[in-house]
Amino acid sequence: MKTYVVKRLFFAGVTFFVIVTSVFFLLRLAPGGPFDGERRLPAEIEANLKAAYDLDAPLIVQYGKFMANLAQGDLGPSFKQKDFSVNELIAAGLPTSAALGITAFVLALMMGLGIGITAGLQPGSVVDSVVMGLSNLNIAVPTIVAAPMMVLVFSVTLSLFPAGGADSALHFVLPTVALAIPLSAEIARIMRGSIAEVSHEPHVKTARSKGLSTSRIVLRHMMPIACIPLISFLAPAAAGLLVGSVVVEQIFDLPGIGRYYVAALSRDYTLVMGVTIVYAFAILLFNFIVDLSYGLVDPRIRVET
Amino acid sequence: MRSVWRFLASSYLVAIASTLLLAMVLCAVFVPIMSAHDAHEMDWSALEQPPTFDHWFGTDLVGRDLLVRTMEGGRVSFTVALIAVTVSLFIGIPWGATAGFVGGKTDQIMMRIVDGIYCLPGILIVILLVVVFGRNQYLLFAALGAISWLTIARIVRGQTLRLRNAPFIDAARSLGAGTGHILLRHVIPNVIGPIVVYTTLAIPGVILAESFISFLGLGIQEPDTSWGVLVSDGTQTMESSPWLLIFPGGCLAVTIWCLNTLGDRLRDLLDNRETRPSS
Repeated sequence: MKTYVVKRLFFAGVTFFVIVTSVFFLLRLAPGGPFDGERRLPAEIEANLKAAYDLDAPLIVQYGKFMANLAQGDLGPSFKQKDFSVNELIAAGLPTSAALGITAFVLALMMGLGIGITAGLQPGSVVDSVVMGLSNLNIAVPTIVAAPMMVLVFSVTLSLFPAGGADSALHFVLPTVALAIPLSAEIARIMRGSIAEVSHEPHVKTARSKGLSTSRIVLRHMMPIACIPLISFLAPAAAGLLVGSVVVEQIFDLPGIGRYYVAALSRDYTLVMGVTIVYAFAILLFNFIVDLSYGLVDPRIRVET
Repeated sequence: MRSVWRFLASSYLVAIASTLLLAMVLCAVFVPIMSAHDAHEMDWSALEQPPTFDHWFGTDLVGRDLLVRTMEGGRVSFTVALIAVTVSLFIGIPWGATAGFVGGKTDQIMMRIVDGIYCLPGILIVILLVVVFGRNQYLLFAALGAISWLTIARIVRGQTLRLRNAPFIDAARSLGAGTGHILLRHVIPNVIGPIVVYTTLAIPGVILAESFISFLGLGIQEPDTSWGVLVSDGTQTMESSPWLLIFPGGCLAVTIWCLNTLGDRLRDLLDNRETRPSS
């Protein structure tokens, strides 16, 4: 188990380094700089500006400085929003994004597990077909359509929830649900399939014939096996949640870090780098945890690798 | 050909999904040609009009016919699907086949790279690429393909591993065939089934990704349009004219649903065939 953990950690570190490096060079190689505005700046002023932001140094020196600062947790000043450092901008948006992402994830997991297990225990029944038909529909209606429709129904027509902003917990209800629903539908599909499969296993039949209660059979005898496909889905799911949150923050006008991504078009190099680093870090950390739980649930995996 | 018909008639869901999808493709191709309206023509006497006999889907804020614009958007979506999927096949098949066939360290390194990219939010990478290289729509399509080859590579690798020690491969090798020849002539033709299935399942993902990016204003630009752009515009005006959101969004959802349903059924078919005891 120990070598397994060390290996995964090493792999995550290398991936992080590669991501940061490639994003850095990608953005610097792009045509057009942060100061190519509509008004042409006098050459001397532009040179001074570039010097202030270290843009006149050779690329490799800039890269070295950036990595050194990053090692100390400093993401540098924002190129576009003067008086703000990237750290400050991210610190302002991250709590909102994190709250949204985590609650949506937990909600999706609860709904998906509940629905998937219920349907999987009675495959072919009416409950099963209704639930699975609905979840197929949920997967098909993308967030960019579903979220505005929710605003239309629950905010505009019924006035139950506010349409945008982040002033109270009530403001988070619609965005969280909008973000959680497609994910919960995927989780439900996966759980339904694996529960239905596991219920034919001999040991489950034995447990049933011993007269154990359904909840005990599900929790103790089916879940440890049935949740393995789910765990391997969680990593791409988290990535999908991140992408979804960029859109959801836009639709519900939430002040998270997702909107900085769209600001990428203004070539705010440092801000885009900062957000990418935060996202990459979150994803890799999550993957690492998923890998560990994989090893815990399925002993074969930690022995193999 | 006969097995295709049998598949299409195998369940009412498949029949409905394939008919709807075919109808959607045909509409996207022919409606912009045959309609009395043009996608860019502005009718100042019919601004923001609800659906009428003349404009079936109504008109937008500047009086353009929404039906024609929605179908123009559909063209973009189907083009995206075509280009991106082709790109993903061109990367994914050789990648997976090589990794699976060569094996050993090469395999490990190649699949580690796939694992690494797999856990990243792909759309964000596409957004970065769009930011860096400008909003060229063909580049956008290719970039979408470049993030969706991973599943294909994994599937092909798995299938290739299974075939690697099959007797007919050994026979080909003992006849002096090179690795490239074996891959091209013997391995890849045998993994076509799973490739078709997973390609079908990849298409809705690509269409969704394009509409996400266009929705954020980073993809297709006015006066050209796509489902993402139309939904984004529809969101702005949904309180006064909900049809501008409902029709394009509905077309998008229907298309995704059809493709998902067909892909799922094809996968079930394939799974059954593979788990059936070989005679």
